[in-house]
Formats: sequence, C-alpha cells, structure tokens
Amino acid sequence: MERQADFAKCIKGSTGDWEVVVGLEIHAQVASRAKLFSGASAEFGGAPNTHVSLVDAAMPGMLPVINRFCVEQAVRSGLGLKAEINLKSVFDRKNYFYPDLPQGYQISQYKSPIVGEGEVLIDMADGEAVTIGIERLHLEQDAGKSVHDQHPTSSYVDLNRSGVALMEIVSRPDIRSAEEARAYVSKVRAILRYLGTCDGNMEEGSMRADVNVSVRHPGDDLGTRCEIKNVNSIRFIGQAIEHEARRQIDIIEDGGVIDQETRLFDPRKGETRSMRSKEEAHDYRYFPDPDLLPLEFDQAFVDEIAGSLPELPDARKQRFIDDYSLSPYDAGVLVSDRASAQYFETAAKGRDAKVAANWVMGELFGLLNRADVEIETSPISAEHLGELIDLISDGTISGRIAKDVFEIMAETGSAPGSIVDERGLRQVSDTGEIERIVDEIVSANPDQAAQVAERPKAIGWFVGQIMKATQGKANPQVVNELLKKRLGMS
Amino acid sequence: MTDLTDLTIAEARDGLSNREFSAVELADAHIAAMEQGRLLNAFVTETPERALQDAERSDGRLKAGDGRPLEGIPLGIKDLFCTQGVLTTASSHILDGFVPTYESTVTANLWRDGAAMLGKLNCDEFAMGSSNETSHYGPVDNPWRRNGANTSLVPGGSSGGSAAAVAARLCPGATATDTGGSIRQPATFTGTVGIKPTYGRVSRWGIVAFASSLDQAGPITRDVRDAAIMLQSMAGHDAKDTTSVDVPVPDYEAALTGDIRGLRVGIPGEYRMEGMPGEIESLWATGVEWLKAAGAEVVDVSLPHTKYALPAYYIVAPAEASSNLARYDGVRYGLRVPGEDIVDMYENTRAAGFGAEVRRRVLIGTYVLSAGYYDAYYVKAQKVRTLIKRDFEQAFENVDVMLTPTTPNAAFAPGEITDPVTMYLNDIFTVTVNMAGLPGISVPAGLSSEGLPLGLQFIGKAFDESTLFRAAGVLEQAAGFDAQPGKWWA
Repeated sequence: MERQADFAKCIKGSTGDWEVVVGLEIHAQVASRAKLFSGASAEFGGAPNTHVSLVDAAMPGMLPVINRFCVEQAVRSGLGLKAEINLKSVFDRKNYFYPDLPQGYQISQYKSPIVGEGEVLIDMADGEAVTIGIERLHLEQDAGKSVHDQHPTSSYVDLNRSGVALMEIVSRPDIRSAEEARAYVSKVRAILRYLGTCDGNMEEGSMRADVNVSVRHPGDDLGTRCEIKNVNSIRFIGQAIEHEARRQIDIIEDGGVIDQETRLFDPRKGETRSMRSKEEAHDYRYFPDPDLLPLEFDQAFVDEIAGSLPELPDARKQRFIDDYSLSPYDAGVLVSDRASAQYFETAAKGRDAKVAANWVMGELFGLLNRADVEIETSPISAEHLGELIDLISDGTISGRIAKDVFEIMAETGSAPGSIVDERGLRQVSDTGEIERIVDEIVSANPDQAAQVAERPKAIGWFVGQIMKATQGKANPQVVNELLKKRLGMS
Repeated sequence: MTDLTDLTIAEARDGLSNREFSAVELADAHIAAMEQGRLLNAFVTETPERALQDAERSDGRLKAGDGRPLEGIPLGIKDLFCTQGVLTTASSHILDGFVPTYESTVTANLWRDGAAMLGKLNCDEFAMGSSNETSHYGPVDNPWRRNGANTSLVPGGSSGGSAAAVAARLCPGATATDTGGSIRQPATFTGTVGIKPTYGRVSRWGIVAFASSLDQAGPITRDVRDAAIMLQSMAGHDAKDTTSVDVPVPDYEAALTGDIRGLRVGIPGEYRMEGMPGEIESLWATGVEWLKAAGAEVVDVSLPHTKYALPAYYIVAPAEASSNLARYDGVRYGLRVPGEDIVDMYENTRAAGFGAEVRRRVLIGTYVLSAGYYDAYYVKAQKVRTLIKRDFEQAFENVDVMLTPTTPNAAFAPGEITDPVTMYLNDIFTVTVNMAGLPGISVPAGLSSEGLPLGLQFIGKAFDESTLFRAAGVLEQAAGFDAQPGKWWA
C-alpha cells in the first residue's frame, strides 16, 4: 500500500507543498574473493589489469561459470532483507558497447532475479519507524574502469573490476526524504555487514547507489523521475536528493516539464547535471544468456543458509531494549553498526548497561570521530572501557577522573587500572584526610561559609576548592557529607 | 605400401601400433598432401613443424608401447578452435593476428590422446555460411567435380575446409562445428562422414562462439568408425562449460556391432518437401530399403512444426551471434581501425573486420532483440523451438532413430546461390536437429546423376550417439560408398 503523504516532510514551493518520492538501486559488491563468473581475484586495488582472467577480458571462446559462493551470499542477503528467494532465476545479457565492458554485454538478471520482494525497517530520529519495500535483489557483473587522464588523446582501460560480483538491491519508491534515504542506505549497509555479504565500504566503491527522484503534490500521481547514477556516499545521496528535488520543483513551478534522464551528482558543486541525452538512450536488448543455464537450487539450500544467519540489527535492537533496558533510540544507534553493537556488548557485560551505553555513545564515539578512525581500530578496547566503568562503580575513581583516564587510555592504549595506579589517581575516600582539608578551606574562607548559611547552593564553591586541592581525587560524596557537617547543614 | 594418406584413422592406428610405419612417416605423408593440396585452400594456417614434433613424441611413446587412443594421428583443426600459440582467426579479418594463449577443451582432449596438429582449417567467417564462400581467406574448393566437368564446386559450410581436407586426403580426420548443419552439410557435399553430437556432449570452451545455444563441435572423417574414434576423444563433461553435461561417454567404437535387427527407424513425413529433387527422394527410399533389409523396423513419424524450424533458427542464431560478436570491438585484440573517437573506432573496425554475411546476421540479430520486436521475434522463436523439441520427444517415444536426407541438393558452384534465403534453405533438414539439441550424423550414401556425393542423415535421441553410430555403420556398409574425387589438384 502506498504511503500517505506526510506534510512535515514536504518541501514548500510557490505552488504549495511538494512530496519527494525516491527509489534506490543499491549496488553492493559481494564479499567474495573471486569474481562472479571467473576465478580471478575480486580484491580492491592491485596494479591495473592484474586481476583479469581470460573470461574477464572476453577472449574468444571463453565461457562464464557461476561462482557458488556469490549465489550463497545473494540468498543470504535476500533472507536478511526478509525477501522471497526464487529457487529458479535466469541470467540475461544486457548489451551495450563500452571499452570497459569487454564482452559487449553485462551479465545480469532481468526478468527473473534470484531474490524477490522484501522489506527494510528504518528508524527515524523522531522515533518514527518506516517500512521501505524491496522490489528485488539480483546478481550481476561489474564493468571495468576507463581512465581518461593518463594520455593526451587515448583512454586506458583497467579490467580489474570487470566481472566482480554485485548485488543490485532495488527499493520500491517508498522513500520520502533525503533523511529517509540516508537511513535506508545505512540500514541496508548494516544488514549486509551483519550478514558479511558486503563490506559496505563506499570509499572503495563496494557500495554505491543509483537514486531515482521525482516530485509531486501530495495525492497526485508519481511525477517524471530522474536517475542520479553512481552516488558513492550516504552524505552525497542526501545532498543529491535535496538538490534534485529542488531543481525539479523549480522547473515545474516555472511552467516546465521534467525530462526523464540520467544525471550525475557533482559533490564539489553539490548539484546534479545531465549525463546523457535521450538520443543516446540505450536499447539494451536483454535476452537470456545462452552460455548459462537457469540458476536453480532447492529449498534445502536456502534453509541451510537461513540456519546460519546471525542476529540481525532489528532483532538485536529489540534484545538491547529488553535485556539492557536501553531506550529504543540508544539501542538503534548501537546496533546500526555490527562492530559498535559488539563493542557495547563486550563493555557492558556484567555491568550497568546504561552507563556502558553512555560511555560508548558519548566519549568513545566522540573520540573515534575526532580521531577519524573506525570502531574496529579503536585505540581503546571494549575490555578496557569495561574496566574503566568498573573503576567508577567500585569507587576507585570518580566520574570526572574517569574522563581524564579515558583520554590517557586513548593516547597510550594502556589499561585503566595501571593508569590510575601509576599516576596516583585513586580516589581519596579516607574521611580523616578529607576532613583535614575541609576544615582548612572552611576556616580560610569565613565569608563564603557565611554565605552558605543563606544560600545553600553556594556549597558548590567549597566542593570545587576541595576537589582542586585534592587534584580531583577526593570522593565527591564524602566531600559533600563532610562539608555539610562542617557547615552545620546536616 | 599403400599411400599413407589413404588410410583411415583406424587403419593408421593399427599400422602405427604394428610399427608398419612411423608417426613421423604418417605426418610427412600428410604434410606433403597438405602442401600439394593448397589449390583447395582448405588450410588457412599450416603447422608442419608442430605436426612433426607431435609425431616424434608419438613415435617415442609407440616404441615404449605407451600409445594413446589417437597416438600419432595427424588432424586438421577448424580455425574456430582456439589453439595455444597458433593463429586462430575464425576465418575473419577482425581476428587478424590473434594468437590464443589457451587451448580449447576439444583440441586439448585430442592432444591428450596423442593426436598431431597439421594445421588450421578454413571455414565460413565465424561459421556463418553454407558454402565456405564467406571466409576472409577465400573460398574452399570442393575436391569433387561434376561428371565430365571442371567447374569448381563449393565444399559446403561452414566446415568447408574440414570436409574438403578429409575428402581430399590431406588429413584423415578434422574437427568441425555445427550450429545449423555446418558439419553434416559439408560432409554430404564431400562424401565424408560428419556427426553433430547432442548439445552438451562436447565442451564449447575455447571455440569461437557463433550461437551459444546451438553450437556443438564434432568430427568429419572418412568413415563412421573414425567418427566414433574421434568423438570418443572430443566428448566429455567440462567444468569450464556449464552447458556441457556430466554423463558418461560410452565406448562408441564398441557400438559398431553391425546389428540393427529390431531397431525402430522413424521416417518424418514433413521432410518430404515439395520440390525436393527426385534423386534425393529415391536415395532416401533406398536407405529405407537397406535398413529394412538389415532387420530394422521402419515406421512413419510426424514432426509437425518442421516448417517453422528454419525461420525460427534464423532468429535465434543471429540474435545470439549479434551479442557474441560484440566482443570484437578493436579494443583488446585482433583488428583495430582507428577513428576520431571510440564510437568511430568501433564502427571503422567492425565495418572493415566483418564480411557481408556476418554483418547481415549481426543486423538481423540486433533487430530481433530490439525493444518492441523482442516478443514478436525472439520470444516467439523460442516458443517454436520448444514445440520442435516436443515434436522430437513425442516421435522418439516410438522410434530409436530417424532417417532423413542431409541436404536437399548436392554441392553447387561458387556464386550459384547469391540469395541469402536460398542459401539458408540448404540447412532445412539439419537445423531442426540443432534447435532440438539432438545428435545427427551424415553418411555418404550415393552419387547424384552428376556424379556428386549425397548423404543421408540419422537423427538420434539426446546423448544416444551410440545408436547413431550403429545405424550409420550399417547404412555405410549397405551403401558401399567408395567413390573418390579425382586428384586434379596434385
């Protein structure tokens, strides 16, 4: 069923509200060591044309042989997208000439994809949950790469990517804003990463998206869409949609019409531009590849894969809410990335989960952001963060000191216990010692002491002085108690 | 001693193992014949050094009593088979200078079994033709002449070089390929035996593709036994061709029992076409009598969709060809004719590189796959194909093999047929077999009134080449075909 227009998500125009309608085709590279139809390496990088088999170079008489592992990954991904798995699918040839397409056709799946309809649930920041329909997932070959800047008059071709396995995941036009599109791509990426079927690394091109955008007044039929090709970051996908929607609205409101066309997003200018005109529109002449028999497997094959699926983000989120009493928002943030969820669970094990969640989402994410590193290579291990939490909860250090210890951990990678010991950061809870300091400071500041009698909140000034005198090591609770006693407040 | 070039493969095999002559002597005799036979234009590349090297190695093994099934047998290889280190052109200008770094599975199997390579044989360009007139390297001359005439005749096609070389005793056997009749029709025109095996019996890996769902390799030899011996080595499952079928290859030579008592032979009424020359019809009737005399039971069968086979074939085959030939784009190997830009280069290269017949089929194929025509042509042709298959399946419920003429006429003169459709009609009795994926064998059965060889075709059940060989052996015996062309070229 089609979604009702949400006016809060609409864009204001001179002729009223505009609803943006977006559908995405995500191209996700299968995490496979070999290509889809040849044994050549699918590894990223490598000197040009070093990962090329006779099949990838389309030498005469060469034939494709389907890579079983890639088929398994497609089925696995389909199950992760709660989609229908087709026990029989067909590979077709998509014919067009391009120098980096050695066969003169791409082997893809056109009429009968390996995976049919499914859905993805996305959580928006305002707590709204939106279901995005998946139309299909199919397997196809990637093309090579043309390099245009190495020679004054010729182009070079690198076939390392030629034949690499891609899963094209096609959504229904269920997305209604740039924000939803970002959330959708993040979610699909998270699911594929949980499944291990795609590394989701957009910088290396192992995930990219074609973005279909159209606009309409709420309630109207779908408008003419433009397809923005090959957008390679989640941020750019959002920017491209925002720019494209605005561009289309402006054209229509100026009395123009939208040409259905393919466009490119220019990240430097933050705008889309036309890629090819209609005159060059391709007729791909799809037909079943006669070199490949229909791809067939039985339900047992699917069941075996289904039996090996890991816990996926939605289930994990629910478990975090149920088992750790996390808020849906916190749980959602933590499970959005498999490594973050894993990190949290390690750090929270046997401890106060909310405290652990705060540390992970607050200090740790902040640190990773500043250092621009992934959680997998975090300078602070989940075990160490857990120990740090223990040191707070058993009173060894205060929360304030803990933040300092955290910074030292980040720099040195050392265990929090040894940092506390080596630097003498252990919290002072010895009442005799603290009592002496309290007495000293209260005696030296009679005016402030008098103020406290009138304005009890002024006690904070004394707390600060005492913490300063103890270099923050005094147990704040003990300080408070002793101060109140000394100032006659209890 | 008889001329070594008169020996069949079986006779040469026996002579070699009895040390009556050496493999080098056998190779030398054929090298001399090949050189003397240059007027026939059967070979596009001669590899005498290679033949001698192979023969020397064979002599070593024969001396050691370590001979393999084809030890020391010199063979000609259709230029459609990729041969490592040896120019492979498919008789097309567009593959100028193409020397594969790999060996086709079929030829690799032959070398594995001890055969020696004499050279690469001329054929119609990309195997598209029925007269060998479309070769970039010029037409092949049929060794046969009409009674009392000196007019040149075509050897048939596309495997014209293979058929002519075997008939003229330049080699005792040759590889060939058959997409719509390209083994059987030239075998008929030259008085040789040619078998197109069941689709999937022989690996297509390393054979320049014409129409992938129809192409199948087979041998052309001077008798049925030799065809059995050669196919034994050529056949077998190949993991590199997923359309090859993993079924055991029986001992074909052992199938030549000479006993067809009780064999049920079907005569398809639809092959009795209007305007069929009387001598073809009477040869067919004679064949029936021979089989009856040998104890076979002859029954009428019906293949009702026969008349649609040729038109449907000329949709399916060009469609696949248009896509298969897209890789010849001047980018990676073969001919490149420079241009202003990439599209210009493509156009220049393909215009110069492909001959008229290839261009015609690429155009037809592109047309029938285009948007708006696909359903009307390609999809419909595939439906026809299904019906043709079903015709055969139903007919084969009652019979073991079928007997038909191979061609509607004997060899004709170059330039005699200029209308493409008339040329295509030469395949009228053979294309159905490719469309159904069944095996078919052509056996010389008599001479036309003009003294030219005519053949009869057996069609078998899928993967039942053994019965074909058995029936063909009996017919060969009964026909006692021992006519030979005069050696006008030497």
